[in-house]
Amino acid sequence: MGTLGGAGLAAAACGARTLGMEGERRASQARSSGLPAGGAGGESPGGDAPLPGSSGSSALLQAEVLDLDEDEDDLEVFSKDASLMDMNSFSPMMPTSPLSMINQVKFEDEPDLKDLFITVDEPESHVTTIETFITYRIITKTSRGEFDSSEFEVRRRYQDFLWLKEKLEEAHPTLIIPPLPEKFIVKGMVERFNDDFIETRRKALHKFLNRIADHPTLTFNEDFKVFLTAQAWELSSHKKQGPGLFSRMGQTVRAVALSMRGVKSRPEEFMEMNNFIEIFSQKINLIDKISQRIYKEQREYLDEMKEYGPIHILWSASEEDLVDSLKGVASCLDKCCKTTEERMSGLSEALLPVIHEYVLYSEMLMGVMKRRDQIQAELDSKVEALTSKKADTDLLTEEIGKLEDKVECANNALKADWERWKQNMQNDIKSAFTNMAEENIHYYEQCLATWESFLTSQTDLHLEEDSEDKL
Amino acid sequence: MEQAPADRERLPQPAPLEPLGRRAAGLESVAGAEAERARDEGPGDGMMTENNFWLKKIEISVSEAEKRTGRNAMNMQETYTAYLIETRSVEHIDGQSVLTDSLWRRYSEFELLRNYLLVYYPHIVVPPLPEKRAEFVWHKLSADNMDPDFVERRRIGLENFLLRVASHPILCRDKIFYLFLTQEGNWKETVNETGFQLKADSRLKALNATFRVKNPDKRFTELKHYSDELQSVISHLLRVRARVADRLYGVYKVHGNYGRVFSEWSAIEKEMGDGLQSAGHHMDVYASSIDDILEDEEHYADQLKEYLFYAEALRAVCRKHELTQYDLEMAAQDLASKKQQCEELATGTVRTFSLKGMTTKLFGQETPEQREARIKVLEEQINEGEQQLKSKNLEGREFVKNAWADIERFKEQKNRDLKEALISYAIMQISMCKKGIQVWTNAKECFSKM
Repeated sequence: MGTLGGAGLAAAACGARTLGMEGERRASQARSSGLPAGGAGGESPGGDAPLPGSSGSSALLQAEVLDLDEDEDDLEVFSKDASLMDMNSFSPMMPTSPLSMINQVKFEDEPDLKDLFITVDEPESHVTTIETFITYRIITKTSRGEFDSSEFEVRRRYQDFLWLKEKLEEAHPTLIIPPLPEKFIVKGMVERFNDDFIETRRKALHKFLNRIADHPTLTFNEDFKVFLTAQAWELSSHKKQGPGLFSRMGQTVRAVALSMRGVKSRPEEFMEMNNFIEIFSQKINLIDKISQRIYKEQREYLDEMKEYGPIHILWSASEEDLVDSLKGVASCLDKCCKTTEERMSGLSEALLPVIHEYVLYSEMLMGVMKRRDQIQAELDSKVEALTSKKADTDLLTEEIGKLEDKVECANNALKADWERWKQNMQNDIKSAFTNMAEENIHYYEQCLATWESFLTSQTDLHLEEDSEDKL
Repeated sequence: MEQAPADRERLPQPAPLEPLGRRAAGLESVAGAEAERARDEGPGDGMMTENNFWLKKIEISVSEAEKRTGRNAMNMQETYTAYLIETRSVEHIDGQSVLTDSLWRRYSEFELLRNYLLVYYPHIVVPPLPEKRAEFVWHKLSADNMDPDFVERRRIGLENFLLRVASHPILCRDKIFYLFLTQEGNWKETVNETGFQLKADSRLKALNATFRVKNPDKRFTELKHYSDELQSVISHLLRVRARVADRLYGVYKVHGNYGRVFSEWSAIEKEMGDGLQSAGHHMDVYASSIDDILEDEEHYADQLKEYLFYAEALRAVCRKHELTQYDLEMAAQDLASKKQQCEELATGTVRTFSLKGMTTKLFGQETPEQREARIKVLEEQINEGEQQLKSKNLEGREFVKNAWADIERFKEQKNRDLKEALISYAIMQISMCKKGIQVWTNAKECFSKM
């Protein structure tokens, strides 16, 4: 990975650096590194993947088959009740064109082959009589068969992303859906559309879509496909289909009612999971606050430092014999300022967005736990009804049967996704903090070099002067 | 003991005390030179005391500080800090030092000593005392005079003051200074007996009053501007430095929070746990490293502060020159006017307005006898005036010569010291960077093992 200078990063549409498995792929890089893997049977170590359920977004049949082997139960179950899940991953895909080979890029962490590349860029402001909003350009490049074309360009606004997220949550209640950046930041926001805010949001949205693309299940979601490819009017009409407002409300009411019952018997592993999530959420929030605070302190330090150097220059104007030394110190201080700026920029690129994403993830996880609990609660209530009422036992038994399947499905989905999520989290956190440490090392090394060269110049002068005196 | 020759304002001294101080390198040569001069001048110059410090090196140190309570002049209880001053003489041959004197002084006594020196050596740039109250503090630093860190820094500052005086070729010979180091009881009385407060020119204190000096030595005018600039720029620098220190403190300390949170987090992590925990430890190390770093920087700030206060001392010398020159010009003016008066009386022409002239006009001419008497008085006054003018002129020139010599000495000292201070600042920064690299390299290793 390249050095972490602040400057060069904004270059590609992708923005932030590659961070672990789920980081942004540099689409531009991907486009150029076309190495055909040589036939359908090319590397597809899906089965050997150290990470169960890891990104199986492979275009190759064999990889697909291997993935199926792993998650077969899930997928089988999913196909049973289409109203609950939305899966269309069964269509065997044969790469029909060499074009499909081009976009296969290998990364150290993920030997799987990627066939869907998404970038989010070019925020644009739209003003109508009713409102002002921002749209983002989304470019998708893919080699997948089920996509009509290999390249798509659409414009989406935040509302659309929100819609997508809700659809995904609906379709996969116990999968860990990637988090969206917040709707708005409560404090410190003067203008909704200030540049920093938009840029931060753009990067987060980019990450959001790519995480979905990398998710073994979500990547094949129909709504996701529509989101990436449909023109504006197409999207609107698509949005209008599906469960209406009232049914959604009904679900919510039921969900609330169920959650009021509490969880009777959460299986052990989910108790552990819940415990983890609670503590993780606490800690990640603290780390988020600490990291933001460090950034703020560094900014204030920088502001003071900017005044520090110039005073020495001012002083040198009245000191004939100290001009070199004073100017030297001033120059060192100014260089340290620049380096501090780099350090800050590194922090805001590498660490802060990652930590913040996991803050949002932790909220997401709590939602997932709730939904899982709700599904279980549904079953529990029916079981209770069975044991107590004894009315319509047949119907109830049938319903219970379905619900039991649903619960098992949900639990398994969550378990698998949980492992995957944890692994990703570990990698991302490790990466982010390692980057931060590197930034700091770089900062101190730069400053050290500056001061050492000043010192050398001073002591050299000293020696010169001494030898002159002796002459 | 010694006799103080009446016409000399300075009390005769023993040989120069040759101190070994922190700036031993710079002082060695000065001390050596002084030893030479002392030997050349021989016992004829000044009288010797029972302690013969000829050719012996002495070490002065302010080694301890102690909180005391006592009663002040108004018989009220007060708490103050006393400082132990130890003087050692070092035998040339074996380098061993023997404690010769040790006594306790408080800050106000140092002030008394300095005020005395200011009066008796107006042509010398008298070394300043460390600040009376803590200034340029940033939030962690206490502004309390009894705070142990402040007391410690003051102790060093007082020692520095004594070393400066002891290494000054002229000041080191001062009897009162010698007694300050050696005579615990009665010293205050002795100082006051010199009557220096009376000799003090109150005009020197009135720094705001301006005197219309027609012909000041240009060098002194420039020097005054320089000292103003020096004071202004160093104050500004110290203020900004304090703010920078404050911010830097914040940056470091917030990282300490990582330590705690990482530790708590590591409890729920199986694989990441160890890495998190040990990284957290390094964050703690990082956060606590700033304390020492900033303490060192405080010493640097003190070095700059000394020169901030030196600016005042410079101004005092310029002031003295101004006043001397002013007195001289006034005396010349006075003499000229008397001469003119005399001339007028002698020739009978009245060119200038005078009260006498007016009354003569109003009340009639005076008699020739009266006129003769007046002329005689005036002639006497003129004579006296001419003598005085001559000696004032001499005084003025002596002052300029001596003052300028000391100012040159001061300039060289200042350049040396400030350059050294800047270098030491660079060294501090280097050390801070090295520590930073160390800690973050360790942390990075822990992170990469997560």
